[in-house]
Amino acid sequence: MADRSTPALKLTDVSKAFGGLSAVDRVSLVVGAGERRVIIGPNGAGKTTLFSLISGEQPLTDGRIELFGRDVTRLPPHRRAALGLARTYQITNLFPKLTVLANCLLAVQGLASSKLHLHRPMERYTDHFARARSVLDAVGLRDREGDEVRTLSHGEQRQLEIGLAMAGSPRLLLLDEPTAGLAPAESQLMTALLKRLDPEITILMIEHDMDVAFEVTDRVTVLHYGRVVADGYASEVKANPLVQEIYLGAE
Amino acid sequence: MTETALLRHPRTAAIGAALVLLAAPPLLSSFLLTLLTQALVYGILAMSLDLLLGYTGLSSLGHAAYLALGAYSVGILTTRHGANFWVTLMVGVLAAAVAAAIFGLLALRATGVYFLMITLALGMVIWGLAHRWVSMTQGDNGLSGVPRPTGLPWSVAEGVPFYYLVLIAFALAFVVLRTVVRAPFGQTLVGIRESETRMRTLGYHVWLHKYIGFVIAGAVGGFAGVIWAYYNGFVSPADAELATSVEVLLMVALGGRGTLFGPAIGAGVIVMLKNLVSVYTHRWLLILGTVYIGTIVYAPDGIVGTLRSWLAARRRRPVGVAGVVVNPEGGGPHG
Repeated sequence: MADRSTPALKLTDVSKAFGGLSAVDRVSLVVGAGERRVIIGPNGAGKTTLFSLISGEQPLTDGRIELFGRDVTRLPPHRRAALGLARTYQITNLFPKLTVLANCLLAVQGLASSKLHLHRPMERYTDHFARARSVLDAVGLRDREGDEVRTLSHGEQRQLEIGLAMAGSPRLLLLDEPTAGLAPAESQLMTALLKRLDPEITILMIEHDMDVAFEVTDRVTVLHYGRVVADGYASEVKANPLVQEIYLGAE
Repeated sequence: MTETALLRHPRTAAIGAALVLLAAPPLLSSFLLTLLTQALVYGILAMSLDLLLGYTGLSSLGHAAYLALGAYSVGILTTRHGANFWVTLMVGVLAAAVAAAIFGLLALRATGVYFLMITLALGMVIWGLAHRWVSMTQGDNGLSGVPRPTGLPWSVAEGVPFYYLVLIAFALAFVVLRTVVRAPFGQTLVGIRESETRMRTLGYHVWLHKYIGFVIAGAVGGFAGVIWAYYNGFVSPADAELATSVEVLLMVALGGRGTLFGPAIGAGVIVMLKNLVSVYTHRWLLILGTVYIGTIVYAPDGIVGTLRSWLAARRRRPVGVAGVVVNPEGGGPHG
């Protein structure tokens, strides 16, 4: 990244309506390169929908999305991934019947030209194996590499979620509730894992657990009924009376 | 590794199977040899469908279309133009690949049951052509008098040499498909089966992968059709029938989806069953339906899949699943 002044992500009046229901309503957001930001908001605020708009899994109704200064509004998900975008899922989305290593290999290969190779057996791609294993080391799953993913605990599956997203060395990482369903101890492990990630990587995360959110990120965007109602550093947002009323006050 | 189970050693199993198939002709009556030949041809077709059904998770109900295209290529070219084996082979495989390339554009717009319905409809288009385009296909009468292959270095007019030709074709199809599923591309198909959405956000152009798989499956299906026409000496709309597509689907399900050699075994079982049962009853489709329901209810992973999990359970260890080259016993280099 030569130019750190170009934002990693820029949303301009992004909207998504399902029929008459407006899930995301004219959201504008700028996430600078290297920034770590959390999106908070009550259930149904449109956070996950917003992620699927950014990743390209759902088309927008209106607005514009720029990744690293490039208009990607109409690009399909795989092209956005090629630009350095990766995401995780709130509801674990892995390859359950494949081994942990095979999962990671698929992730490593996602941005490699070898993915369309038809002749050499997978085992020959030693560089992919090395990369996959280093990712598994990073997320602490190296000793489970031979196990099928469906045999992992929920916590381990959440760790692998991060691993798959990291495998392609992304520049912008979207984390959709990485600690969803984790016990407090597992949650701490996850927080530590997230804090270890390369500071060059821009992170936008959705999180309900404020302890995790404020430990990993420094800026907060509050979404309510599809709209941005507050945006700023944690301390400012916490002090915002509107936010206290609709979100933090509810706790 | 000290396990002796053949299923843990695909290479040993493959060599064993190859030896049995090579040594079979002198041991079998000509009737049984004919059945075995038929099983091998259907085995090619079933393996090609497995690339879609087992590896990619796409249920196609129109796979007979490619068999018919390969078979009609042979029928028309040999009876009208006296073409030799190599010409018919190239045209047959190409015709099926081109059809798959067109059908894929239409069918892969949909998923699940919609994909199934579109492939069914497209299969019926080919059946309709075979049935109605009488000047080309002789309609219901079919094309009879397809000779045994010519242009080969040895004569395959007799049953035994022809059997070996079919065996070579089967081995070739197996090697090609096995290479594809073991290559990175084949692994991406398995990934698509397991989670299409995840594959997309990992950077895969999922449609393209499905499309390439669809065309390869069609081309190999056409290859089976070429051999089928030479085996039967006769090509008719029955080759393109829905019942044929259903039969192939059942071979894959019965043998074990996503195992490649499972569907070949399934083909063997169905062909034997069909020919033995038809001695006693005309209600073959009823038996087929019963086998299908039985498979889905009692052995959804098919013969090979069920054997694998049974062996794994006996050893109380996790086992790699169909279509995954990376298994606990250390597929792949350790870095």
